[in-house]
Amino acid sequence: MSTRAALSRFAPAITRARRAPAFAARRAAFVRGYASQSEHTLTVRDALNAALEEEMLRDEKVFIIGEEVARYNGAYKVTKGLMDKFGEKRVVDTPITEMGFAGLATGAAFAGLRPVCEFMTFNFAMQAIDQIVNSAAKTLYMSGGFLTCPIVFRGPNGAAAGVAAQHSQDYAAWYGSIPGLKVVSPWSAEDCKGLLKAAIRDPNPVVFLENEMLYGVSFPMSQEAMSDDFVLPIGKAKIELEGSDVTIVAHSLMVARSLEAAEELAKEGIKAEVINLRSIRPLDIETIKNSVKKTNRLCIVEGSFPAFGVGSEICAQIVESEAFDYLDAPVERITGADVPTPYAINLEARAFPDAPLITKVAKRALYRTN
Amino acid sequence: MLRAVRLPCRAQNITAPCRVRRITSTPTAGPANSFPKEPTAHGVLPSSQSPILSTLKFFNSVTGDGTQIPTYRVLDSVGQPLEGATVPEEIGEAMARRMYESMVQLPIIDNLMYNVQRQGKLAFYMTHYGEEATLIGSAAALANDDEVLGQYRELGVLMWRGFTLADMMNSSFGNCEDPCSRGKQMPMHFGSRKHHFHMISSPLATQIPQAAGVAFALRRDPSRRGKNCAVVYFGEGAASEGDFHAGMLFASTIPSPTLFIARNNGFAISTPANEQYYGDGIAARGPGYGMHTIRVDGNDVLAVYNAVKEARRLCIDEGRGVLVEAMTYRVGHHSTSDDSFAYRPRQEVEDRKRLDNPLARFRLFLEARGWWSAEEDDALRARLKDEVLKAFKKAEALPKPELREMFEQVYGGEEPWTLREQREELGRLLKKYGDVWEPWKTELKKHKGAGKELMDTKP
Repeated sequence: MSTRAALSRFAPAITRARRAPAFAARRAAFVRGYASQSEHTLTVRDALNAALEEEMLRDEKVFIIGEEVARYNGAYKVTKGLMDKFGEKRVVDTPITEMGFAGLATGAAFAGLRPVCEFMTFNFAMQAIDQIVNSAAKTLYMSGGFLTCPIVFRGPNGAAAGVAAQHSQDYAAWYGSIPGLKVVSPWSAEDCKGLLKAAIRDPNPVVFLENEMLYGVSFPMSQEAMSDDFVLPIGKAKIELEGSDVTIVAHSLMVARSLEAAEELAKEGIKAEVINLRSIRPLDIETIKNSVKKTNRLCIVEGSFPAFGVGSEICAQIVESEAFDYLDAPVERITGADVPTPYAINLEARAFPDAPLITKVAKRALYRTN
Repeated sequence: MLRAVRLPCRAQNITAPCRVRRITSTPTAGPANSFPKEPTAHGVLPSSQSPILSTLKFFNSVTGDGTQIPTYRVLDSVGQPLEGATVPEEIGEAMARRMYESMVQLPIIDNLMYNVQRQGKLAFYMTHYGEEATLIGSAAALANDDEVLGQYRELGVLMWRGFTLADMMNSSFGNCEDPCSRGKQMPMHFGSRKHHFHMISSPLATQIPQAAGVAFALRRDPSRRGKNCAVVYFGEGAASEGDFHAGMLFASTIPSPTLFIARNNGFAISTPANEQYYGDGIAARGPGYGMHTIRVDGNDVLAVYNAVKEARRLCIDEGRGVLVEAMTYRVGHHSTSDDSFAYRPRQEVEDRKRLDNPLARFRLFLEARGWWSAEEDDALRARLKDEVLKAFKKAEALPKPELREMFEQVYGGEEPWTLREQREELGRLLKKYGDVWEPWKTELKKHKGAGKELMDTKP
């Protein structure tokens, strides 16, 4: 664990410039994307906005609540234009009290509405976590099934850039440990649209973990994904890249970094299989197990602290399962450093995994480096 | 690398999530934010109608003259209406008798359940001693389909709505007939959709902002708008939680018909009210949130009735939060986990019971009108004791819920694999050991179905 953190700090963070042919179609230098120009493309922000709009059109009961979501269009503009389209009754600005609007939304869900509760960041949702964990997640069970709580808690999660420790924590493992919650951590625009629509339609409380650094990133959208009926199943991972030599599991921003690492590995003839988790709870352990049985090696990447994390959970489930017998190397967790996220830009960069680090660790799992 | 990702965000002028509060607030309706129409002699403030003074003047009272907020009362300590007080017309003989009977029932249930808990048959119980008038007076003033969010000492409100002794006992024992939670929630944490009573939640005060949300939903529903309100009960201790302030703030800024009923019973477990706040109780906070507020004698069932009835009318007519602070006294211990004589003298409790007994006050009122007699009182108590004991015995003898209940209602909709896996694992273990290992054999017999439903499921 501490080794990972130390490695991360020493990893050369800002050195790479070359791009592989697969990503040659990236457009301008500043617009990082995964879109080729012949397809529909959408930024993560627009995909989230489209999902919200479509679901609000489909179901009167859906409404958005949070700080600055209406007139200001949201701190990150995810709710842009929605107040104009649906009015103040369905896009509700609130005073700055996380426990207040999370509590109000939870009560409204108990009473039959379908709130989408936006937190400016999940770091601030800590002031409302009792409503999420003790009320939203547990009441269906504790009421013997009579009080349902169909609600989405959404907002950016994990490290952003240059905003220090109190804005930079990843809560996937926190919420992922709670029975009664579903937890989603999407990466691409397609993930965001399909999973947010699924989350809004789900009869359970869903914690929807976005990433600030992905909001402006463009992704290709299939014709299917552009449709109003496009819904992705919660609880299913996606194999973003098939491979046979090493399995790299990641969620959110770390999927991008894992794909970059896979490119590097490909140059050395290593075929990495990159799995985009999409859901944290329920966790699609079957997909990971099947991949491990094929590759015999497992690396788990996350932008979180190492201890008690998503990586730890996946590692535990794999070694407890029949997939353990297929492992030819120890499971590797590649995580953020075990320190509160520092502000200084060089320190911050070194506190989180990047592609060179993932590449290095994947090779170690293949005994190709140490 | 990181820079390349970061730049687009900055380029698009995306606000970092820092708490930099903008100085200009969003204008909303309400006196605090209305711009003054004409300049006063000394000028105006940009977003307030506050008159400008040249004299230095502090204040520390919402009454203006520095006195405490008064308490509304209808009946004196011997059950006689105060001069000028209105005895509600709709409370005739039948209604008054029903209210009194409901009040008397509570301590009879309490007596039995408290002792039963002490015998180790229940994990937990909370008595209602002393708060009978607050509970029944408010329950009677509400519509039975107003949505109630209780704290945990509101059994009287639920029973007023038709929740039976059998329901109450089955829920307390968490047996197979438990109508509230199917054995998954602890005693006294009732809830019933049929009775518009939300599930009680143990973390204190979470129900308060939730009530504002329930009222928000009521306001959105054309069939209930202007007809119902959400009613939230809480103690003066719970009003120290941030959730209380959040709930008050939200019911006023995102206006919704939320009726706040503070049961100020003098104690939050062991902490006396005078250590809970330094200001003038809970009522003083109402105007701070722009809310109509009243303080009422919580041991006077008619005063509580009148106050809550009018509060409810205001709440629904204006579609806004209203606060009622009922001043009462918790005669019993906080819960069965508490012995209150460690922090208050027994004599004080005895004095309160004798001098200001909500049951005695109302009984004297009834007797003065010829609506009640000592004989009827004896007969009522004997009948209730018998009914309570019978319901208790019946509930105690019923088996616990089916074992499969453990894994049910964690999620609505499709069941995640984790639950299926756990249930199947337990099923396998039961098949292997359930019939042969004595401790499991004994335990299984306590459950309805003896775990057969799990053993029979195919993996």
